[in-house]
Parts: sequence; C-alpha cells; structure tokens
Amino acid sequence: MNTKPWKHPLGQAAIVVVLAYLVFEWGIWLLPPLFGVASAPVPATVVLQYMGTVVVGVLIWVSDSEERWKQFKAPIHRVMVDPRQKVLRTALMVTIPLLVAFMTFDRVRPTVSAPAALRSVHPAPPGQIDFRGETMVLNGLENPLRHEGDFNEHYEEGKRVYVQNCMPCHGDALDGQGHFASAFNPAPLSFQDPGTIVQLTESFVFWRIAKGGPGLPREATPWDSAMPAWEDSLTAEEIWQVIIYLYEQTGWEPRTWEEEGAEGEEH
Amino acid sequence: MLPGVDQTSEGNVPSSPWMNPPVHRERGGAARPGLTWCARVGPLLLVAALALLVMAEPAFAQVPAGRDYGDFPIIGGRAAVWIAAQVHLLFAAFVLGVPMFAVVTEAIGMFGGDDRYDKLSKEFTRLLLVAYSATAIWGGILLFLLITIYPTLFSYLAQIFNLSMWIYVGLFFFESFTLYLYYYGWDRWKKGRAKWFHWGLGIALNVWGTIVMFIANGWLTYMMSPPAEVTVDTAPQMVNLWMALTNATWMPINIHRLIANVVFGGAVVGAYAAYRFLAAKSDEERAHYDWMGYVGNMIAIGALIILPFAGYWLGREIYEFNQQMGITMMGGFMSWLWIIQAFLIGVLFLAGNYYLWVGMGRIPGAERFMPYTKYMLAVLIVGVIVWATPNTMIASREEFAAMGGTHHPFLSVLGLMSGKNTAVNFMILTTFLSFLLYRRANKEPVVPWARTGTIVQGAIFIVASAIVLFYGIYGYMVPTLVRIGFSVYQVLTVLACIIGVITIDMLMLRGATSRGEIQWGRMPARSQYALFILAVTFTWLMGLMGFARSGIRQHWHVFEVIRDTSPWAATPALGYSSVVISACVLIFFGLVAFIFWLGSLAEKPVISSVGQAAAPGGMQSELQPAPSEG
Repeated sequence: MNTKPWKHPLGQAAIVVVLAYLVFEWGIWLLPPLFGVASAPVPATVVLQYMGTVVVGVLIWVSDSEERWKQFKAPIHRVMVDPRQKVLRTALMVTIPLLVAFMTFDRVRPTVSAPAALRSVHPAPPGQIDFRGETMVLNGLENPLRHEGDFNEHYEEGKRVYVQNCMPCHGDALDGQGHFASAFNPAPLSFQDPGTIVQLTESFVFWRIAKGGPGLPREATPWDSAMPAWEDSLTAEEIWQVIIYLYEQTGWEPRTWEEEGAEGEEH
Repeated sequence: MLPGVDQTSEGNVPSSPWMNPPVHRERGGAARPGLTWCARVGPLLLVAALALLVMAEPAFAQVPAGRDYGDFPIIGGRAAVWIAAQVHLLFAAFVLGVPMFAVVTEAIGMFGGDDRYDKLSKEFTRLLLVAYSATAIWGGILLFLLITIYPTLFSYLAQIFNLSMWIYVGLFFFESFTLYLYYYGWDRWKKGRAKWFHWGLGIALNVWGTIVMFIANGWLTYMMSPPAEVTVDTAPQMVNLWMALTNATWMPINIHRLIANVVFGGAVVGAYAAYRFLAAKSDEERAHYDWMGYVGNMIAIGALIILPFAGYWLGREIYEFNQQMGITMMGGFMSWLWIIQAFLIGVLFLAGNYYLWVGMGRIPGAERFMPYTKYMLAVLIVGVIVWATPNTMIASREEFAAMGGTHHPFLSVLGLMSGKNTAVNFMILTTFLSFLLYRRANKEPVVPWARTGTIVQGAIFIVASAIVLFYGIYGYMVPTLVRIGFSVYQVLTVLACIIGVITIDMLMLRGATSRGEIQWGRMPARSQYALFILAVTFTWLMGLMGFARSGIRQHWHVFEVIRDTSPWAATPALGYSSVVISACVLIFFGLVAFIFWLGSLAEKPVISSVGQAAAPGGMQSELQPAPSEG
C-alpha cells in the first residue's frame, strides 16, 4: 500500500473533492477576471449541485475497480475497527456529527434575507395583449419598423427613447449598470448577456417593455421586478424603435419566428 | 339521459359550466287563488333567505354548478386520477416494452440456435403475466375514478371516442389471450413449424399491444392538441373520430412511447435480474442473472440513445401546434423540469457506464482499457455539470446582488442550448466508447488490417468530437434559429460516428480470438444497484416528463376547447408535483417488488428441473452463457 496520501485512492478522492470545491466556490469567481472575463460568486444552490455531481463521480471512480475499491475502503475500515485507532475514531465520531449539526443549523437558522427563489425570468408570454385599448396578437408578430420607414431614423429615435427612459437603470453600455442599478435587487437586465434578448423574439421584448413588472404572469412569481409598464408613457412606435436600438447596439440578432414552429431554448 | 346534458332545457343545452351557460327558462304560473299576498310572498322570502345562507357557506361556493366534478378524500380528485393514470401508464409501458424484446430474443434463439436466449425470452414473458393483471387493475381504477371525479369530461370524451373505446377493450381481450397462449404454449410449441407459430404469437402480441397504445394515445393527445376545427362551441357528436385520434401530437407521442417502452422494459428487467442476482444461492443462478441484467441494461441504454430524437420531434410538433404551449414547456416555469431531467439523465449515463466499467472486471483482457475509464468519467461529469447548469439560477437576494442580476456573468453561457447540446452529445459519444471497449475487452482481432481499423475508428471519434465542439462554440455566434439547426448537425454527426465505428468493429472482430471467457456472475453486488438506479431513474423521468407534457395544457381539460373549472384547475407547483410523482414511483416499485417476489416463487422448481432435464452436466451448461458474449 502506498503511504503517500496523494497516491492512495482515499487521498486522491479527498484531493479531488477539495479542489473541486475550491474551483466552484472561488475559482469560477476569481480566475476569469484575471483574463479579462467577467465573473461573480457562484450561488450556493449551484455549488451544491456541482459538488453533488463531483462526489458521485469520485465514488464511481473509487468503486469501478475491485482493487481500488478495496484500497479506498481499507483505511476507513481500519479507523472503524482497529483498537489502536480509538483516539482518531472517537474524534471523528464527535467531529462529524457536530459538523453535520452545524451545517443543519446554518441552513435553518433565521436570517433577515429572503430565501433562495425559483424565478422564471423568461415566462411564457400570453398569446395576445391589450395595448392602449387595442388587441395585439404576439404569436408570429414581428417588428413592423424593420420593413417601414427609414431604419436609421428608427435607430436614432430608439436611442433617444433609451437614453431618456431606460439608461438610468440599464446603463449607457446596455449592460445593466445604470446609475440607479445598484438600488435594485435583482439588478436590471444586461442586454449584453447572451442569455437575455438574444433568446427572445421582438414581440416578447415588446410585451415586457409595454407591461413591465406589473404585467408579469403568475408563473414568474416572485415578480421582483421594478420595470415600469411603459405602455402608459411610450407609444407602440417608440417601443418598437427602442427594441431596434437594443439589438443594433448590442449586435445581437433577435430571435425570429420559424415558419413551421421552432424548438425552444432550455432555461 | 347523457350526463352533463340538461334535457329539461330547450335543445339539449349542455349544463356544463365550461360549455354554454345553462338556459333557465321561466316557468310561468298564476298564483293560487285564495292565498293572501303575505302567504304567497312569505315562503318565497323564506326560501330566498335559506338559499342566501347556503350560498354564503364558503364550502358551497367552491362547488361548481351541477355535477361536473366529484371529489376524493384527503388527496383530492386530481391527485387521485393523476396517481391512477401514472401507475397504470408505468405498468402499461412495462407490458408493452417487454414483449418487444422478448420476441427479438426469441428470434435470436431461433435463428442463432442458442437455446439460452429462448429461455431468457420465456423468463421475460413470465414477468408479464402478473404485470398484465396489475395494468388492467390500474386501468380499471383510472376508469372508475374518471367516471366518478370527472363525469362530464369523461362523458364528453366518450361521445367522441366511443367506437375507439370498444375496439380498445376488444383488443385488450385479444392481447391477454395471445399472451396466455404465448407463455403457456412455450414448451408445447418449441420445435419446427410450431416454433414459428409460437413466434408469430409473440409478434401478434406486440401488434395488439401497439394498437391499444396508439388508441389510448389518441385520447390523451386529443386533450393536448385537438384539431383546429374543434372549438368551444363544437358539440362532441360533431367531432370526427379519426381526426380527433390523428391529431398533431399523436404520431410523435406514439413513436416516443414506443421507444421509451423498450427502454423502460429493459430497465425493469435489468432491475429484476439484479434482484435475482443479489438473492441468488448458487453460482449458476448468479451467472444467469448477471447475464440477464447485462442484456436488460444493453436494451435499455441502446434504445435510450435514439429516444432523444423522438423527443425532439414531439417538442417540435408541440411548438408547431401552439407556440405558447411550447414556450410554457421549455422557457416558462416548466423549464425547471428540464433541469431536473438533465440531472436524471446524467444519473442514467453515469449508472449505465458504471455498470459497464465494473462489468469489465469480469472480462479477461479488460484491464488494458481500465486506465481510460477515469478520462471517460471526467467527460461525463463535466457533461452533467454543463447540462444541468440553469440559465437563471436559484439564488438568494445577496447572491443576485453579487451576480449583478439573475444571470451569472460567467456560467450563464452554460445555460444555453449550445452548451447543453454539446455536453449531451459528448456524453453519448463517451457512453458509446465505453460500450465499444467493453465489447472488445476479451477479443483479439485477427484481420490483417486491425491496426489500421482501430486508427480509423479513433479518427472517426476525433472528427465527430471536433464537429460537435465546433457547432457548440459557433452556436453562440449565430441567431437563435440558426443555432437550433446546429443541434441536428451535432446529432447526425454522433449517429454517423456510431454507425461508422460499429460497422468497422463488426468487420474487424470477425473470427477474433478470445483472451478468456467472461466470468459471468463474478460481479460485485454494488454493480447491481446501478441497475436498480437505472430502473428507478427511468420511472421517475417518465413521471416528471409526463407531467410536463400534460401540465402544459394548464387550465384546460381539452386545450382551448374545454376549460377546467374544478377546484384543482391551477397548474400544480413543481414541489407538489414531485411529491405526487415520487409517490407513483414508490407505488409502482412496491408492486413490482411483489411481482419479482412472485417470479422467484415460481422460478425455483422450474430452474432445477430445466437444468436437470436439459443437460447431464446439470445447470452449469444450461444457464452458463456463451464464453464470448459481449
């Protein structure tokens, strides 16, 4: 048997688990910025999910060969039954339940923060909406201004609308970092993110701008959105113009309607 | 009188609240002579006051007019029907899946002259007998619950599907008796032409079962995607039966369920073999059930690899039928089910590969491939991590603030389809590689081009991986609609790789020498738990994704035709749904465990007598699989 811990399956398993934890907890957060890529701390639910997967992987690795499995179990077995390991055994018998108890306490202790929420950012849109007394059918609806009038004018007008109304929250770089952004939690959406407007048809974006947070459907609860319903202050044309600006400025292509239906994106 | 039809009103106006509102005709009549004004109005006021009292009672306010919905104690009507339907479906999937490969293994035995396949096929079929009864019992429970809890809906459906319901029960009768003939005639029709007749019975069993399933699929898919001509005002008698059956999602569901039944049947048979393996008293029994578990697992994983294509077709048809329904399924709150699905399919991949890797321990020569399993495992783990990364994460307020929104600035790219498709294709390729190594473990090719063949196989793997990776990365740079098309290229690449590599492998291993016999039965017990995990995970997946398919109708019984006005009309929350589905899984496996136990009761004398009668050498020669099986 190898005496070096990093050559023993149990030691290797422990090293992989610890390394994985370091990567998920701090690596993903701190390493990408060193290369100029934005990152942030990973939510605890995701770390838990990743760690669960890694632990399963480690258990598979140590047990897919009979010899390795025996090696892996041997020290554990020894600690459990060998009279000479009584001190270590007792220490573990005390430490492990205490650790579990602390983790349990840490999860259930009352805090002032709201619990983690399952939130649909892109809820299913309604088939049609009422906009200023008129019915708009969203299914199959495209931005009419892409085929009407002067596109550059629409872009410029959209820019004006954006700067006047949207920029304070969504930022001049459309990255969700406006002057007021830090006052909101969750922060305003970044349109530069590959998971936001690029996933959506323009009619969906129209619906969200027109109806805002108050118009979110029930499935999107908890709403947690400070987005105003802009139908009260913007015309349909202005909303379509600002949508053109969003896509042109970010360089994203809006999602288009497929003639015979389209497959969806996973959340 | 038909339920739900008020014949006292003019023109048989349906009394259901989700159809036209009931017409209340004024029943005129002169006041009885001799009564004072007070005497005439007094009772009226009394009745009105009583009615007001009754109507003010909250419990009564919840009850819809008429008798459209019944109730069920404690768990409520919807959960009762849900559980009955789900458990019925699980048993039905089992009894439809197992005959498919029972016929195939019987054919292998017939044409290959290998008797142990015939015995395996018979053992599969024996499991069916009790499972058939359970399917019918749960079908009966479902029917009675539907009639008593959703009488008006059932009446509506019965008026459309009455003819198909009669054919359905007729076929069920044929199917049952064909099964009895198939099983009890096994030893009688064992040789010559009689064997062909017997095999024909197996095929007939599959034909009846498939038609039965197609009919039932017509009913449920009608509720999901009724023909466009059917509107709220269409009377059920006016709905064309054939149009109703062959609706937009009917054939995709048929194909998806057909394949899924094979997967499920293989997995449950694998679990049965695992149970028998763990309970085995002799090496012979252990060897037999080890082999049976291997076959069940191969069938399940083999069919699983093509299942996503059928699922993709079904998804497309749902979108085509109603875009909003599709978005609810994939982008709305149901999208969390896809994250759970990713996890569970990850478990399937890991358990399937684990079973193969542990199984390589009983194959001489496999040790040369064992060092590579850790790399394959790493690919699978990274694949699961990528596939199950949600685009919108579950996070607390503080975490949202730290991320600067609901999307993680770095990990959100993994939440998109490009990353997920790439991950799952790599997982399929890795699983295929595991299978290939397992298959080749104890074989030594003798063809002169063996080395070249292996290099070409390796090159195919590398090219396929490069193409999958290329489209995965390029997918982030193109519009969504173009990206969706990339998934087809990725899948076709993987399929081409599988077909190309396995063709070369089959040619290359012709006449291959053996490095030693597979030591069937020399499997550690933990490998058998992988088979249990596979069966339970498949069952769970069926329940969860079945809920997604059914739940996207939301508050409609028949989508945009008949509104659900019951107290349970709201789409249930994911937590509640998971509990109900888990209860279904527990009920199913509780009953299946009983069936397995019954199987072991019947088995003991049969095995020993078969063993003694078949060969002078006893059970060893009877049950021991062929040396080079792989």
